[in-house]
Amino acid sequence: MLHNKTIAELSADLHAGEYSSEHLTRIFLARIEQFNPQLNALVTVTAEQALADARVADARLKAGTAGPLTGIPLVQKDIFCTKGVKTSCGSRMLDNFIAPYDATTVAKLRDAGMVMVGKANMDEFAMGSSNETSFYGPVKNPWDTAAVPGGSSGGSAAAVAARLAPVATGTDTGGSIRQPAALCGITGIKPTYGRVSRYGMIAFASSLDQGGPMARTAEDCALVLRAMSGFDERDSTSVDMPVPDYRATLNDSIQGLKIGLPKEYFGEGLDAQVAQVIDDAIKQYRALGAEVVEISLPNTQLAVPTYYVVAPAECSSNLSRFDGVRFGYRCENPHDLLDLYKRSRGEGFGPEVKRRIMIGTYALSAGYYDAYYIKAQQLRRLISDDFIQAFKQVDVIMGPTSPTVAFNIGEKVADPVTMYLSDIYTIAVNLAGLPGMSIPAGFVGKRPVGLQLIGNYFAEARLLNVAHKYQQATDWHGRVPPGLE
Amino acid sequence: MALSKSDVEKIAHLARLEINDADIPLYANNLTNILSFVEQMSAVDTTGVEPMAHPLAASQRLRPDIVTETNQRELFQSIAPQVEAGLYLVPKVIE
Amino acid sequence: MEWEVVIGLEIHAQLATRTKIFSGAATAYGAAPNTQACAVDLGLPGVLPVLNGEVTRMAVKFGLATGARIAPRSVFARKNYFYPDLPKGYQISQYELPIVGQGKIQIELDDGTTKTIGITRAHLEEDAGKSLHEDFHDLTGIDLNRAGTPLLEIVSEPDMRSAKEAVAYMKKIHSLVRYLEICDGNMQEGSFRCDANVSVRPKGREKFGTRAEIKNINSFRFVEKAINYEVERQIELLESGGTVVQETRLYDADKDETRSMRSKEEAFDYRYFPDPDLLPLDVDDAFIAEVRSTLPELPDEKRERFIYEYGLTPYDASVLTASRELADFFEAVEKASDGEAKQSANWVMGDLSASLNKANLEITNSPVTAQMLGGMIQRIADDTISGKIAKEVFEAMWNGEGDADAIIEKKGLKQVTDTGAIEQAIDAVIANNPKQLEQYRGGQEKLFGFFVGQVMKATQGKANPALLNELLKKKLSS
Repeated sequence: MLHNKTIAELSADLHAGEYSSEHLTRIFLARIEQFNPQLNALVTVTAEQALADARVADARLKAGTAGPLTGIPLVQKDIFCTKGVKTSCGSRMLDNFIAPYDATTVAKLRDAGMVMVGKANMDEFAMGSSNETSFYGPVKNPWDTAAVPGGSSGGSAAAVAARLAPVATGTDTGGSIRQPAALCGITGIKPTYGRVSRYGMIAFASSLDQGGPMARTAEDCALVLRAMSGFDERDSTSVDMPVPDYRATLNDSIQGLKIGLPKEYFGEGLDAQVAQVIDDAIKQYRALGAEVVEISLPNTQLAVPTYYVVAPAECSSNLSRFDGVRFGYRCENPHDLLDLYKRSRGEGFGPEVKRRIMIGTYALSAGYYDAYYIKAQQLRRLISDDFIQAFKQVDVIMGPTSPTVAFNIGEKVADPVTMYLSDIYTIAVNLAGLPGMSIPAGFVGKRPVGLQLIGNYFAEARLLNVAHKYQQATDWHGRVPPGLE
Repeated sequence: MALSKSDVEKIAHLARLEINDADIPLYANNLTNILSFVEQMSAVDTTGVEPMAHPLAASQRLRPDIVTETNQRELFQSIAPQVEAGLYLVPKVIE
Repeated sequence: MEWEVVIGLEIHAQLATRTKIFSGAATAYGAAPNTQACAVDLGLPGVLPVLNGEVTRMAVKFGLATGARIAPRSVFARKNYFYPDLPKGYQISQYELPIVGQGKIQIELDDGTTKTIGITRAHLEEDAGKSLHEDFHDLTGIDLNRAGTPLLEIVSEPDMRSAKEAVAYMKKIHSLVRYLEICDGNMQEGSFRCDANVSVRPKGREKFGTRAEIKNINSFRFVEKAINYEVERQIELLESGGTVVQETRLYDADKDETRSMRSKEEAFDYRYFPDPDLLPLDVDDAFIAEVRSTLPELPDEKRERFIYEYGLTPYDASVLTASRELADFFEAVEKASDGEAKQSANWVMGDLSASLNKANLEITNSPVTAQMLGGMIQRIADDTISGKIAKEVFEAMWNGEGDADAIIEKKGLKQVTDTGAIEQAIDAVIANNPKQLEQYRGGQEKLFGFFVGQVMKATQGKANPALLNELLKKKLSS
């Protein structure tokens, strides 16, 4: 059962010559062929290129020039530009867009020898929390196909949970890695803003977007995050700091680790059964030697409203380039320039994207800028300051990733605000630019629950270490969705 | 604050989005709900709080003035809706 | 009613960098369409801007040269609007926090007085592409080579009171940016262009009238004509009971009129906000000091120096320092002439400039080098040739016949200073013109010129004029 092995295990096998990357790649391609039609996790499968890449990886493995990720299959979220391969961003607007260049992250992972087997479905332009806004239809949660996988990196999360690939990339603007990881029972990390290059990652909200890996274990995330991270001269917001060997510190002791539980993350709105699972996980940490203290993040309630000004404002401008002139969708027979713009954009974007563009346009327009945009930026400061205060007392903040387990497909589509509130615990982390993680911590019925870990700036190594210790003591991350064993 | 039909039309025009007449009431309703939700912000006194535009307090890095890009017109225009003689074409722009 | 004209200019100077402001694509002029538009310039999905450091240096240079405060922290903002030559749907510019703050510059007016014009600010931004309306029947072609070219937008205070002042200001800024080597100043290629904000108000009233903005004027002549037309238009409108509408207008040089730009009439809401893809631009004192140390002598300093060092008139000094190239040429001539500053100035501003104009040549391409011109001036100074003969020598130098000495030698133009030879010529002329001699002696003294001319003719113009005068006077009265 190769598909159930972790990257760490597969890598050891490949290096020992137990089997080839081509063999491994064929196994995952076969699973994609078998299960993807029902899950809709991938929108593009790159079988031919994958096999060619796998053979190159095999040559590197033979030649002794392979690294720890060489020959490991990978799914890229369809928000990352992949040269010569359709990059749709889940939108009709880019349904015909063959990217003419590679995102920095794509190039880095390919250079590390990883084999891309396909591209993951996602909420349109990463705007959504359930993967229902995709032009390519909703993704099904592998644990329960009546449920959403979360979003926006829902295809990535479902692909990893369903063992269609050992790892997928995701992006996280307000919880888009952590929430689907939680809802699909896998491990995902959103690093500190600036840690992973945004070049070639189609922008939603530039000051919030951050890419990261989604895999089954913290150890696998550590391996892939190290390869994804690092300074990129093409991204002005990329941070020029050395990338640590995250794997090297996975087993550090967490004896005396100070965990902060924000009281605001355990109040009204949190599902009682989810709360129980989180309590159990915290107990486990106590058993591992951690100290737990209650803390307060007083501006928590303001995070979602703040986010729904900042993110739409940035997106309304970021998405102006989709105008039917140089690439992407163009409407039929435009009768003048205005018609070209309005219909190309009106027909190319789905309703949620249009809503957010309009909210952002409104918030930035004359007369409203101060009341909305500047106000939100001030609140963003207050929200960030809450975390700065908290990290003076504790090493890691923990709580639920999502207030509920996965909801049913269609359940929240009609009410955007209710949908937005499903990211209530993850959004503040993006506003502050901090690293955050979600790890599997149990189930409510058939549906998984994620524990969120929030670290201080550039404390990814610590987060992965804390997550890994938990995974050494529990086996939630090893569970396989029924029917996908 | 409730958005009217003409508010929605104005915003959609600024954002160059065609919205079908039939859909405008739904958009008006959704946008109004979102804006009322966002309205919570105004309850907080933020006098003297420095707006935060970036998560990290860093300053802009400068690039050396060296040509690094080569002509890739053919590749870039292979994905364009309409080109002729190396130009992107759009409906006539009237000045 | 007497009207007062109020003008402010927004000058766009293309910065003379090798690459774009936010990408590594070349900025060379005249490339085939879209061959210098890289992924970033095209605004492809996922691309990001990174600031060209040279652009910062150039903006700081300009700020220092106009006595402006350099902002320790400036911010790039997005100006949002849809237009086909604007690939991203927004222009990256500086809005609330520009890099160069308030400064000023002095202009010289025709009556010899000077006036200080305030500069409100100067900020960095990216240029848009070009729309081509011909050749595609009902379509417009878009060339994005120019998209992302760095611009310094220099915004003046509404301090100018006539089209002439506006032109003087624009010329002064033009000269300055070229001195600083931050802009090539090529107006045909659009490297230096301006928008003029024009309004009129009844003389004596403090409140400004409603202004019209005339867009994209790319020559000094057009600035003057466009403003004059617009002033006339506004006054006529107001005097006939109408009101001026705040709008954008275009100057049509063929018809010599301004007209409203209908497509841009729609009220714009640019939705400026800080660009989240770029971080605040910090400029520290060490950087400013370093840039300051690279500043060349500026036009006003040079002008002052020309007045006291060379004893030139303020007018001559202004003309000669209008461009750095002209000033450098003059100084080279002065040196080669061994200190004949006045003569050097006269020749550079006179015959040389006229010849260059006629041949449509720049001073840097002059066929008569500073060395050659200076050498010729030396020959005037040491009485080898007269000023009149010098014109012939200059002409020959211009036509590539060699340097002054070679030409004088070859053509035998050396001035006659031999008293005997001149006296001989005078005697002959007097002998041949007894009638005129009689008349002269009879009191018609203006015939003196006739005799000078005859003697000059006889000596092929080579007689030393002063000596000739002296000897002739003596002979005629003896």
